[in-house]
Amino acid sequence: MSATGIGARVRRVEDQRFITGRGQYTDDIHRPYETRAYFVRSPHAHATIKSIDKRKAEKMPGVLAVLTGEDVAADKLGDLFCGWMVLSKDGSPMKAGSHPALAKGKVRYVGDHVAVVIAETLDQAKNATAEVKVDYGVLPAVADLRKARDPKAAQIHDNAPKNTVYEWVLGDQAAVDAAFAQAKHVTRLEMVNNRLIPNAIEPRAAIGEYEPGTDTYTLWSTSQNPHVLRLGLSAFIGLCPEHKFRVISPDVGGGFGSKIFIYPEETVCIWASKKVGRPVRWTAERSESFQADAHGRDHVTTGELALDANGKMLALRVKTLANLGGYLSTFSSAVPTFLYAPLLSGQYAIPAIVCEVDGVYTNTAPVDAYRGAGRPEACFVIERLVEVAARELNMDPAELRRRNFVTQFPYQTPVASLYDAGDYKASLEKAIQIADYKNFGRRRQESERRGKLRGVGFSAYIEACGVAPSNLVGQLGAGVGLWESAEISVTPTGMVEVLTGSHSHGQSHETTFAQLVSDRLGIPMNHISVVHGDTDKVQFGMGTYGSRSGPVGMSAIVVAVDKVIAKAKKVAAHILEAAEADIEFKDGKFTVVGTDKSAAFGEIALAAYVAHKFPTAEIEPGLKEHAFYDPTNFTFPAGTHICEVEIDPQTGVTEIANWVAVDDFGTVINPMVVEGQVHGGIAQGVGQALLEGCVYDDSGQLVTGSYMDYTMPRADNLPSFKVDYTTTKCPSNPLGMKGCGEAGAIAAPVALINAITNAVGHEDVPMPATSKAVWHALQKTERRKAAE
Amino acid sequence: MHTFAYHRPANTRQAAALLAKKETKALAGGQTLLPALKLRLTSVDNVVDLGGIKGLDAIQAKGRNLVVGAMARHAQVATSPVVKKALPALAALAEQIGDPHVRNAGTLGGSIANNDPSADYPAACLGLGATIVTNKRKIPADRFFKGLFETALGRGEIILQVVFPLPKCAAYMKFPNPASRFALVGVFVADFGKEVRVAVTGAGEDGVFRAKDMEAALKKKFTAASLDGIKVPTRGIMSDIHADAAYRAHLVGVMAKRAVAAAGG
Repeated sequence: MSATGIGARVRRVEDQRFITGRGQYTDDIHRPYETRAYFVRSPHAHATIKSIDKRKAEKMPGVLAVLTGEDVAADKLGDLFCGWMVLSKDGSPMKAGSHPALAKGKVRYVGDHVAVVIAETLDQAKNATAEVKVDYGVLPAVADLRKARDPKAAQIHDNAPKNTVYEWVLGDQAAVDAAFAQAKHVTRLEMVNNRLIPNAIEPRAAIGEYEPGTDTYTLWSTSQNPHVLRLGLSAFIGLCPEHKFRVISPDVGGGFGSKIFIYPEETVCIWASKKVGRPVRWTAERSESFQADAHGRDHVTTGELALDANGKMLALRVKTLANLGGYLSTFSSAVPTFLYAPLLSGQYAIPAIVCEVDGVYTNTAPVDAYRGAGRPEACFVIERLVEVAARELNMDPAELRRRNFVTQFPYQTPVASLYDAGDYKASLEKAIQIADYKNFGRRRQESERRGKLRGVGFSAYIEACGVAPSNLVGQLGAGVGLWESAEISVTPTGMVEVLTGSHSHGQSHETTFAQLVSDRLGIPMNHISVVHGDTDKVQFGMGTYGSRSGPVGMSAIVVAVDKVIAKAKKVAAHILEAAEADIEFKDGKFTVVGTDKSAAFGEIALAAYVAHKFPTAEIEPGLKEHAFYDPTNFTFPAGTHICEVEIDPQTGVTEIANWVAVDDFGTVINPMVVEGQVHGGIAQGVGQALLEGCVYDDSGQLVTGSYMDYTMPRADNLPSFKVDYTTTKCPSNPLGMKGCGEAGAIAAPVALINAITNAVGHEDVPMPATSKAVWHALQKTERRKAAE
Repeated sequence: MHTFAYHRPANTRQAAALLAKKETKALAGGQTLLPALKLRLTSVDNVVDLGGIKGLDAIQAKGRNLVVGAMARHAQVATSPVVKKALPALAALAEQIGDPHVRNAGTLGGSIANNDPSADYPAACLGLGATIVTNKRKIPADRFFKGLFETALGRGEIILQVVFPLPKCAAYMKFPNPASRFALVGVFVADFGKEVRVAVTGAGEDGVFRAKDMEAALKKKFTAASLDGIKVPTRGIMSDIHADAAYRAHLVGVMAKRAVAAAGG
């Protein structure tokens, strides 16, 4: 391994500009004659718009335009759309409600987009929004998903009776019922997967610019997938033909899924820029992010696990109610279905599984993919059930897992996933060893001597990354293929530009992608630059989410690099006057096998461009190749996290005493970057389990609308993590990579809840397990003890 | 924010004259007023910045009192050798307010004039029986705090300094709100020998209050065990998503005991 090759802990090249404040985020970009947009947002969760009087606002100083849903309709701008069709069990299509960029006739959540003011300055735009007089007819609202299908609940979309988007099922109901009939033990749990607000450090932002001279549009946006944004705005929303439209996602400060989607704000900015004839910019204020970024999770689930007398799992039955919010966001329909149910088998051989998911509308912000997207919810269900089953059976939770692990690969689960490789026992045993699990009892006694309660919890997680084989997701209803593209452009001096359809918004692509190419081409990393995030530069790309940049994005790079090497070998054969078959490429040098005749990569690059010494009728000049890589399977990162907590019973405060993560990500390019992803993922998982909870009141007002009430995880909530690896290579991609971006957020919440319930002594502890929740749970423990 | 006129008077007389106008607010550290203005939650015609008045941030020990100027920043109080020596509990309290940005901007006078029910300083003022000195009079803490965001201050009245009597021992124990890190519950206890004071912030529906039952029990013997069996009633205790009244009332008891123990009782 070289100092910068695959597996090396290379410091991030992008950090120089990020930590010195030289990043170029959307809000750092300024366009000549730009104007500011500010949105009139609904203060009501559910209301008809009886009328909008914008006459006074239009006359306010600096105001260029006040636009409403009527203007959107007049321009025939299409609705925002959900790009994944999910069918109900009766075969009927999901009930996608109308979603105009600016509301027409009705608002459906607090923060919904009613009108936009375009003005010379932000203050002028804000002053004018206060003068846009909206006459609302306030309707009853439903914010709690458990009440959404109540016959008396407010009806949010006319085409979705009982607010039901779909009633979906995966698995074999009859086989599950038969297995439950044979079971010696059934563990049953009601689980709430709490709603989260994403909170990227950089809020969403957009600058739309129409250029009348060329009839072209440019949109700077904080998107995780600029090509998909361009495609959606062109093909579905109908802004303009795709080739007349450039989307640039410059430096982006975190996404966690929330910046995948096509939102009203950027749609309005680019559309309005033509109407006012000047660039239109908008940057979310944090309170707008809280209200109108797509939220995550929000499931209510009943899970039942059937076991035989020996603790062998027989069947799993899951019924989930999923909140999709007031509108279907871009990929929302797939998250609680195809990204969720196929992971319910966990690391276990469970012969029969069935999962029913009912998706519902509520008067809340749209809910869509958020770090992990469906898999944290699935992991929570299976790993809670397994832990509780072990407790009910008086069995060591590790032992119950060992007895049921999948050990033969490939393994076809009953819920569509085909696990390709893994060694679940290896990661479990390594984690147990690092966590010093055998001495937990001693530590618990020691805690008790100090008046504290100690608990330990496992999470043997599995997840699916590397989305996704295009024909497979096509069969499942996806509106797009999920391959990735790459282009390797070698300059005459042997420098290499890597153009990727992946997008970095914190993932360190500029480092890891360069490491990969450096390793493959045997050239220094500083001869390589990584270009992404601009539809005018990169041929196409599906973007970054679902931990796909490694297994899919880098695989595309590998294929393109291999093509470059193949082409360069042809050139080298002429330069070195040998047969192409005799040219070997290694460590940046082309060598004639068995001789000392060689040429460096840079020499061959120059020769390819000079084109003096080979027949250009046979070999085209230049050195530039591209690839579209479509994966053949998902990848399946897996591992074991063990969490140990200490609870102060007087206050209910949980302190994380120890955290061990042993992950199998397959090939790791840069362990330092991967550990950063694991740390961040665990931190977000701890946030969900311990601190974060989005709360709407019964009228649909957002109670947790700022950091005064929404609790983000902070450094003092977290221990020093012990991170280690086991490795089985992924067989379906050329690098053997599995993906690591979400694993921490997937594994962590259930490990923590398993530990807290272990300490508390019963299973009735909600997420987030705040000090209040834990204290109340402990009162319940006391009442039970008193009753006994 | 909406536009306003900005004034920076050089002395309290000028400041008082400016503050007599309608739609006018005094600006001390700005940790509440400025966010409210920026978020357009409030608007004013005039802002009177007290930062130009010399000497308002002085900290000095005077006999059996510690006198802290109204414009003393939290960071100043937290790090002042005078405070640390005379009244270490007050320095420790100031150290726990907000974050470094807040502590370097926010002031004692601004905090108590705002009287946020979850702020820390009101507990110290009430718990120590401080005297709030204004440009017009001296107000005992017991008569200063009048409910949520309400004080005894009249229009044009400016806090100049707070006089804290020095106790035999004192401590402040704070249970921070996990999100805002204001006090979910904060208890300040002070033992003066002839009197014990216990002030609770963060918990009361009407803001900071004295826990008289606890004071009586602690006066008999200043030890945490004296508080055993004293159950804080939930009546009048705040309830919100972070803590319902039962949990908050329970925390008042826990924090009070810990404060007594920290004070050496």
